[in-house]
Amino acid sequence: MYWLLNSSIGRKFIMSVSGIFLVLFLLFHMSMNMTLIFSSSAYDMICEFLGANWYAIVGTLILAGGVVLHIGYATWLTLQNRQARGTNSYASSSQTKTEWSAQNMYVLGVIILGGLLIHMFNFWYKMQFSELIHLEGAVTKGSELVIPLFSNPLYVLVYILWLVALWFHLTHGVWSSFQTLGWNGRTWYPRLKLISNVVATIIMIGFAIVPVFFLIKKL
Amino acid sequence: MEKIINITLKVWRQKGPKAKGYFETYQLNEISGDTSFLEMLDILNEQLIHQGKEPIVFDNDCREGICGMCSLYINGHPHGPDDLITTCQLHMRHFNDGDTITVEPWRSAAFPVVRDLMVDRKAFDKIIQAGGYISVNTGGVPDANAIPISKMDADEAMDSASCIGCGACVAACKNGSAMLFVSAKVSQLALLPQGRIEAKARAKAMIAKMDELGFGNCTNTRACELECPKGVSISNIARLNRQFLKAKFSD
Ligand code: SF4
Ligand code: FES
Repeated sequence: MYWLLNSSIGRKFIMSVSGIFLVLFLLFHMSMNMTLIFSSSAYDMICEFLGANWYAIVGTLILAGGVVLHIGYATWLTLQNRQARGTNSYASSSQTKTEWSAQNMYVLGVIILGGLLIHMFNFWYKMQFSELIHLEGAVTKGSELVIPLFSNPLYVLVYILWLVALWFHLTHGVWSSFQTLGWNGRTWYPRLKLISNVVATIIMIGFAIVPVFFLIKKL
Repeated sequence: MEKIINITLKVWRQKGPKAKGYFETYQLNEISGDTSFLEMLDILNEQLIHQGKEPIVFDNDCREGICGMCSLYINGHPHGPDDLITTCQLHMRHFNDGDTITVEPWRSAAFPVVRDLMVDRKAFDKIIQAGGYISVNTGGVPDANAIPISKMDADEAMDSASCIGCGACVAACKNGSAMLFVSAKVSQLALLPQGRIEAKARAKAMIAKMDELGFGNCTNTRACELECPKGVSISNIARLNRQFLKAKFSD
């Protein structure tokens, strides 16, 4: 299994698999968020399930592992790639018509990480983490935290910008992970591109719909 | 009507691998649109020689798009602005009167500059030596159609085999990755029965060599296939990934 570290395709394999795992998590998280539109008591019930229970903690740890792997490998690969490019850069900037997202995956990733940290502070810290270390004022009813925040236009704006960055990241990331796993070819390329765009759009709209709903409701 | 243009050239000059490079600007007048890019550089070099200056060093050989020797990063494109051709097939009619044309060598850590616009592409040869061949004796010419090969495989193998090893894929890539080249060289063999036998070992050996020589990790930007003069497709890269992963998981 050493090849997962010392070969380029091995490292990319890790990027790809951890990426797919995170996409699946996003889909789950999105469905969970959407229940809030229909019933805040159902949402609070899910939040309780995912409080300081052993299975929720194990899930959180696995998820954190996935995030750390994805970011760690991304940083490592990016540094290697900059080295491979050499010290002299082109004076005439590249005119190759590549997709913008493909060229800026790392930057998009940094933006996504930033949003993630805000999110962790706003929600995870006040909920699961506070409950875990028995902090006073740990929130178990998620809806009490979410609804006021999502009624704040500035927060919603930041949230949506974050989702746009995520959309760009996923339009490249999803098909790219299949390419890395070898599941691509002349026939599959257009299909995978389409799937990428669909998945990215579902995730963006699915997440965005919740704050937009509460913002409109407040008006 | 024949197009005649006056151009300004910004050319990368570098005395040797260790020397510091710089851009030199040249004025070139009355160049016919029918002149090829390399002929235009020949004209410039002749001028330089007449002026007692050092001519510009650049790689070239066949000048008909088959050998893969010519290179040059022209105005932000490897092999210049036209699609699916090499620099030697590029004509000056693609430029306009008064244009400034920037000419640079391939830039990648694995392709060090030898002099001016000439880079050392021996790294590609080393990758081929690591496994880009068939080591079994296949005997005399077999009976035609004795081993059936599907039209699709035959076409794919031919398309992969059209790679001329020019290195434009590496030059275009922001990661300095050689995956398009390596995948073409792996695919042209792996798609056919003679090459299939050693497919696993070949993929592993060539990737190991590629990594060792300091080429980057592919991030699927597709810059390579967009600039490849032979239109080699990234479906080859997917095939290489597939073969490599299969080989590693069956170890
Ligand atoms: S894959 Fe295309 S760009 Fe790369 S070396 Fe072969 S012919 Fe040149
Ligand atoms: S000189 Fe042979 S391909 Fe251009």
